[in-house]
Formats: sequence, structure tokens, C-alpha cells
Amino acid sequence: MKMNGAQILVQGLLDQGVDTIFGYPGGSVLPIYDALYDANIRHILVRHEQGAAHAADGYARASGRPGVCLATSGPGATNLVTGIANAYMDSVPMVAITGQVPSALLGRDSFQEADITGITMPVTKHNYIVKDVKELAMTLKEAFYIATTGKPGPVLVDIPRDVSGGTMDYEDPGPINLPGYRPVLEGKEEQLNKAAAAITDSIRPVIYAGGGVIGSGAHQELKRLAELLMAPVTTTLMGLGGFPGDHPLYLGMLGMHGSRYANYAVCESDLLIAVGARFDDRVTGKIESFAPDATIIHIDIDPAEIRKNVRADIPVVGDVKIVLNQLLPRLEAKLSGAWQQKIDQWKKEYPIGYEEDNDKLKPQQVISAIYKATRGQARIATEVGQHQMWAAHYYTYTRPRSFISSGGLGAMGYGFPAAIGVQVACPDEVVFDIAGDGSIQMNIQEMATAVNYQLPVNVAVMNNGWLGMVRQWQELFYNRRYSCTELVNPDFVKLAEAYGASGIRVTRGADLKPALEEAIRNSGPVMLDFVIEREENVFPMVPPGESLGNMIG
Amino acid sequence: MRHTLAVLVENNPGVLARVAGLFSRRGFNIDSLAVGRTENPDVSRMTIVVEGDDRILEQVTKQLHKLIDVIKISDISPEEYVDRELVIIKVHSDPARRGEIMQVADIFRARIVDLGRKTITLECTGNNGKINAFEESLRPYGIKELVRTGKIAMLRGLRFTSVNGQKDDD
Ligand SMILES: Cc1ncc(C[n+]2csc(CCOP(=O)(O)OP(=O)(O)O)c2C)c(N)n1
Ligand SMILES: [Mg+2]
Repeated sequence: MKMNGAQILVQGLLDQGVDTIFGYPGGSVLPIYDALYDANIRHILVRHEQGAAHAADGYARASGRPGVCLATSGPGATNLVTGIANAYMDSVPMVAITGQVPSALLGRDSFQEADITGITMPVTKHNYIVKDVKELAMTLKEAFYIATTGKPGPVLVDIPRDVSGGTMDYEDPGPINLPGYRPVLEGKEEQLNKAAAAITDSIRPVIYAGGGVIGSGAHQELKRLAELLMAPVTTTLMGLGGFPGDHPLYLGMLGMHGSRYANYAVCESDLLIAVGARFDDRVTGKIESFAPDATIIHIDIDPAEIRKNVRADIPVVGDVKIVLNQLLPRLEAKLSGAWQQKIDQWKKEYPIGYEEDNDKLKPQQVISAIYKATRGQARIATEVGQHQMWAAHYYTYTRPRSFISSGGLGAMGYGFPAAIGVQVACPDEVVFDIAGDGSIQMNIQEMATAVNYQLPVNVAVMNNGWLGMVRQWQELFYNRRYSCTELVNPDFVKLAEAYGASGIRVTRGADLKPALEEAIRNSGPVMLDFVIEREENVFPMVPPGESLGNMIG
Repeated sequence: MRHTLAVLVENNPGVLARVAGLFSRRGFNIDSLAVGRTENPDVSRMTIVVEGDDRILEQVTKQLHKLIDVIKISDISPEEYVDRELVIIKVHSDPARRGEIMQVADIFRARIVDLGRKTITLECTGNNGKINAFEESLRPYGIKELVRTGKIAMLRGLRFTSVNGQKDDD
């Protein structure tokens, strides 16, 4: 059948099971938008391409299916870059499709030409520019395959306009042949045996679980491992929800804003089992004194993560879920003992907490109230800053894919468009974006998208009048010299209303519950303006460059 | 320590940029890089000389492997191998000193590839050390221009590095 490139693209998306894409049109993608006009794919028109990339990312994190975003050449493509980099850092499966100027105009600084494959080379798992319509179907197939297998990540496909407009007799592209891409999924026997022996010998084990647990769907295996060994589990920010937050073996997060007991446990452990985690500097603190007494087992899909930052005594390369299933039968149950008692003692001694005050509004109190109002069943996206850490500490995540946050890149402006993507993926669930007053303004335009599609996303703005996380560092490490961190904000309630959404302002703890109930009941988007204590800090914390054991606050 | 890597890559546009970008981004030092087609037109071979300890080499290898276009990487340094660089040097030469220069060329088994009124152009192949020595020997005559390739290398004997070969990095 004669088809043009754009139709082949749409066919390819359908073949991959894509039901939704997030995009923004322009000259170079006109043929693609024409093909989408009567295609059986839902297109969500965002208001900025960064929103499209983050929404596709949120959609992917919530659903486990690849997110797809689409933008025109030049500025459309460059606007995607932050979103692509974000997906890359957090290993999110995503396919970004960009239009490009016609092949004949490439390399001539043509109108709206940007070398987007060059620009995104360091922030994509792989990228392509399609030079011939005959290559399009195969390229698309490879793009999805690469994005979703091995260690997932974003893949960009750049399509010049003559390619999307060019025609050919369509035929199925056939099987993929990528000799340079063979992800290792199964752990090596020898390494598994070593790991099992080390586990058997250990008396103070700690499991350190990251986003890989969620990515590979290994949350049940992880729980079995922990319960079998009676081993305490700490997670990274990306790992939240990978282990039930209400489980007695759970230690909370570790690292810079981890709990004291998680960090102390890592410091004193004799065996650290890293599962789908990559020893980020926010996790390890001072590398030289990280888990000083521990043998380290490092289970990861990506061989390059082994020994990148921290020594690994027993590396096991493979898919986390497969490896845990290989490992579990080699292990025997352990009993609770002095180690577990010590940890329970720490938990009692150093609880994470705050003082409630019904006349004022503490951010921690707001998050707890959101937890109660949603019975812990909401999908929570966040922006970046203090509110992100409070969202991590005071909401208990009991299932995977329920905490959606920019971990590696730490991109303010992520949460709201991501929440839109989450809501599109999970139309019947309650979705919150826990936001800061700074961050929300980075992609506030997406309120128009939420209103357009009547997506009932709830935006909880933790309005402290500051770029709070930066202010906190200025307070602690720069002598309270608050350089350029105080905000003059718009009226968020009026702003929401101007967009056609609802706005609710809350200034007292006593008003939290009714406001949240109203927001959840509302069938459209709601912006909640929580006017919180201005100078609350995120504690405890490991100061930058310090060891995990040296926490302040 | 210096390592010589034989890297087989798919002959796709942009592959050199991907490899070069990876080295600069991750702060790995490339001593030299040479690239060209192999017996298989779909596959190119890069010879990359990198400086670094074992940990760096491990990272270089693994990060390179993550590039989809990279098919195979072998560190051939611990093995017996043949390596060559090529240099072309144009030196100043009055007719009176031509003889001397030709003697130098003889010692290094270099070839004269061009003679001008006041210049002589020589080509020489060999390993890094030999090429360096050759250059030094010509320096006193006045080098007007010099161009040098990166090193290319191949295992000796039965061992070989090819897409289906036996030498593997893991
Ligand atoms: C795009 C981007 N720019 C700058 C930063 C640096 N940064 C990290 S947290 C933060 C403050 C965030 O302020 P707000 O959204 O109000 O959150 P708060 O910390 O007050 O809760 C800034 C500026 C960032 N992470 N992302
Ligand atoms: Mg703020």
C-alpha cells in the first residue's frame, strides 16, 4: 500500500501499542499532524514542548509503558531537551519525535533548523535522523525497542519534512538487528553464588533499593528478599514505593535527606545489597566513608554502573527482577536479632517528625493531610525543592509508580506536566502535584492543558515565598545571605481561576481537611495555595561533602 | 598506563561524534584515535589509545559499550600486537644537505615522496617511538610541515578481533 512517511509513523506508533502522545505542532511536523487528524491516537496538546516531554515521562512512569512526545523542528525540538535529559537521568522509557527541515536544507542554518540529534546525543540512550522514508518504519521499531529494553531511556527520532511527506509502498520492516545492543538480563551463576554466600555470612545486612526495582517490576521479589533475610530496606528517592513504606523493615530514604536510622544503618552494616541503584552523590555523601564496614553487592542492569562511583565487591549484572528470582532460591531464612533491635532502637530515638500547629500551616502537616485525605492511594508527582523532600518523608508510598519525581536531573517544572501525564495514564485515580511556589511557575502554562482536557489534577503549592531549598542552603552555609531567593508571587487562586481551573487558599491547619476534600471531589483541575511557614527547613540533612553519619538538624 | 583499544562500530553517520563526545563528556583522555573501514563495509574499526588506570579503563570500555553503534571493544595492550603510525614530513633542504637527509631516511626506512627546489618530503611508518625518533632526527634541518596519523593496531598470530572473532572484552 502507498503510504507517506507520516502515515508510516502513525502506523508504527499503533503497532507499538501507543494510544496517547503529547505534542505541539509546527511547520516541520505538518504532514505528521495531518496523519494524526484521523488516526486512532489521542493527542494531548500541551502549551510548551517541555510540558510534552515531562508529560510523556510522567505517563511512562505511572503506566510502565513508553511515553511519546512530538515537537516541531528548531525551537520545538530544543524545548524538549530538558524533558529528554530528565528522562535520561531517571531511566524512563520515552520516544521523542521531532520534525526537521527538509533534507535538502539541512546544514544550511535554514529557518527553524536545529541539530537536535547533535544536541541530544549526551542525553538520549540513542537517537536517529531518518534520511530516507524507507528507513522510517525500522527506525521507529528500533527506537521503541531500545527505549524499553535493558536500562530504559529516551530515544529521539528526528524526521525531515521530505521524509514525513515522502511516499513509498509500505511493508513491514521485519526483525530488528542491532549487533551492538545486547542487554544482559540474567545474572552470572558465579556472581549469584558469591552474593548468596556473602548474604549467608552477614549479620548486619541492609538492602539499598533504587528506581531499578520499579523499572523492572521487582517490588514483590524485593519484599520477599527483605522478609526472608529480615533485612532492613532503605530506598533512594527514585525507589520510593518500590518497598512498602509502612513495612516494619522499612527505613525510609538514605542519603542527604534520608532518615537518621537509614544512614546509621548503612554506616554500620556489614553487607549492603544495592538493588537497581546507582550510588548517586546525593545518596553516598562523602564516598571515602560510605558504608565503611560493608561488603557491597551491586545488582544492576547497567554494567557501567558497577564501580562507577563506589567499590562493588560482588557485582551482579542483570535485570533486577530476574536476578532476584535467581538469587532467592539460593538463600535461607534468617531470624531477627541484635541488628534488627538496634535499628528499632534508632527508629525510636530519631523519628522523622514535626510539631503540628492548627493556627499556622506547616508543610509537613500539609503532606500528612494529603496522605490522610487520599488514604495513601494517590499518585504523587512533585517539583524540586524542599516540598519534594517533605513529599518524600510525610506521604507513605506503599506501591510502585505512585511517587513520580525528578531525581537525577532535579528539574523544577517537572511535576505539573508529569502529573498531567500521570492523570492521562490513570484517569480514574487521584493525582497530586506537590509543588513549590517557585517550581510551579516554571510550567504553569500547562494549567491550560489540564483545563482543556478537564484533567482533575490537584496542584498543592507549598507557598513559602522563597526558593526554599536554596534559601535553606544560604541559611546554613552562606550566613543567611539570602541572595535572590525571595519570591514575589502571583495570586495563585486568581491565577487558577483565570485559566478556568479552581483555586483554594489554605492558611491554617484547621482548614486543611475540608479544602482537600473539596479539591478531590472537584472533577476539574484545582490549585491549592497552601500558605506555609516561610522558613521551615528540611531536616535532618547530611551537609554536602560530609559522611552519612554526620547529620545535622 | 596507556591502553590500545580496538573498537568495532557500525558504520553509521554520527558514530565518530558519539565516541568523541563520550570521551570529552566523561573526562577520559584520548591519546590518539584512528578510524577506517574494515573488510566488512558495514563495520568501521577505531583504534583508540587511552591513558588511565584500571578503573578508568573499565569505565571507558563499559561506557563505550552503551553506545548502540559500538559492536565490540577489545583491549589489545596485554597481547602481542603490531602497531603502526604514518608520518609525512616536509623538511627544508638545500641541495647541499640532501644527501644527509637521505641518509637519515635510510636509517628509518623512510621513503622520499616529493622533491622540491628547497624542500624534501618524506614518509615513514612505524610504532610511536620510531616515528618520534624520526621526527627528532629531522628537526635540525627545519621541519616546514608535519602530518601524522593516529595509531592503528592488530593482534599478532592466530588471535583476531572481528565481529565474530574470539577476542572479547568480557
Ligand atoms: C530548572 C531548575 N532551576 C534551578 C534549580 C535549583 N533549585 C533547586 S530547588 C530550588 C528552589 C525551589 O523553590 P520552590 O519551587 O519554591 O520549592 P521550595 O524549596 O520552596 O519548596 C531551586 C531554585 C532547579 N532544581 N531546577
Ligand atoms: Mg518555595
